[in-house]
Amino acid sequence: MSISLKNRSLISISDYTPEEICHVLDIAEDFEKNPHQNLLNGRIIASLFFEPSTRTRLSFETAIQLLGGNVIGFSSTSGTSIQKGESLADTITMVASYADLIVMRNPIEGSARFASEVSKVPIINAGDGANQHPTQCMLDLYSIRKTQGTLKDLEITLVGDLKYGRTVHSLVEAMCNFNAKFNLVSPVELKLPSVVKQHIKDANLEYNQYTELEDAIPHSDIIYMTRIQRERFPDPEEYERVKNSYVLRNYMLEDSKPNCRVLHPLPRVNEIHVDVDANPKAYYFQQAQNGVYARQALIASILGLK
Amino acid sequence: MEKRKELIVSAIENGTVIDHIPADKVFQVVKILGLEKVSNPIYFGTNLESKKYGSKGIIKISDKFFKPEEINKVALVAPTASLIEIKDYEVVNKQTVNVPEKIEHIVKCFNPNCITNKEHDVPTKFTLVKDAKGETKLHCHYCEKNTSLDQLEFI
Repeated sequence: MSISLKNRSLISISDYTPEEICHVLDIAEDFEKNPHQNLLNGRIIASLFFEPSTRTRLSFETAIQLLGGNVIGFSSTSGTSIQKGESLADTITMVASYADLIVMRNPIEGSARFASEVSKVPIINAGDGANQHPTQCMLDLYSIRKTQGTLKDLEITLVGDLKYGRTVHSLVEAMCNFNAKFNLVSPVELKLPSVVKQHIKDANLEYNQYTELEDAIPHSDIIYMTRIQRERFPDPEEYERVKNSYVLRNYMLEDSKPNCRVLHPLPRVNEIHVDVDANPKAYYFQQAQNGVYARQALIASILGLK
Repeated sequence: MEKRKELIVSAIENGTVIDHIPADKVFQVVKILGLEKVSNPIYFGTNLESKKYGSKGIIKISDKFFKPEEINKVALVAPTASLIEIKDYEVVNKQTVNVPEKIEHIVKCFNPNCITNKEHDVPTKFTLVKDAKGETKLHCHYCEKNTSLDQLEFI
């Protein structure tokens, strides 16, 4: 049976089956080979960013332009009727009458799911607070498959803020479909929440918790570094205590597997030292570039053009 | 004691008796069932003696019968409650309550940053899940966070 994602909003990565995810990755691969494809042919995509974003917004807008589409929207709520107190339902209903697809980032958790229920056009969640960021997950999966040749049977080491990092939660959930083994490296305060560990247990997969990053590196296929986010800590002292817990240095990769790659959703602060950047195993900038292809693939699939 | 129990259960001619409510949950059950808006005669008792639970509460509502999905909401705060339906002073149905799979509109999401707490007119929707420790929790359809049963705040 052929896979169609036409008119299917993407709010959480679990909205799509593993087969549908792989279908999107296949299309992304095609876009990487041939990014300029005038599939949208002037169609209008709304890009509603209720909070600032650099990579996500720019890569979505790049993806839309590579597809020959036009973008309407805003990159902050300043000057919009949201500041006058307009409800999200009203904003979405109005924009849905202008655009063929809505890409939305909103700091309120659950806003994307709600938007998909009131909108007559599909919604792509570009991040709803600390909840979900499924297009980041899609590009992470694309980067993993591209560098490893498969998504199956890989050993993934997740490092840093495993408690608040939404990209980590989505990645664990998605990789549970592909028989992954997880290594969890975090300060005690930032351990993976039990609800996410439950996904690993439900899938009968293995995970190990490490306090030393060096112990997990030699057997890792993917090292997924994350930033410890200052804004998540109500107590600045606690942030100061844990912020430099894990810093990846180039020498630490000496014993890593030849296929090992270092990923990071970016922005980084100091958790990956710049001396890693020249190492061929550093993949985070290509990973960000892959975001364009993954988003092209999603837009084209959801609009039924691929 | 047995005689007195009979009297409590059958004191209404027709209607519903909710028995074995934890004594401190009677008013939450009233709220969940929206009984404050009902014009039928309603009788409450609480801090009554219970052989099984030490103390209990009871609510009797005349001439009113509930759908299973309505009455099962009671299990959120009173999992020990039993439902007794009375017709012509006779017990015609007696059953325990079961926590429903879906809970809508009646409890708040504990996450202050959830859309249901930020925007007016976004009703709460939860499904029942078990966490890693086997504890029953309410999983928010919108923000995907879990609310514990002991954190429940009614709307």
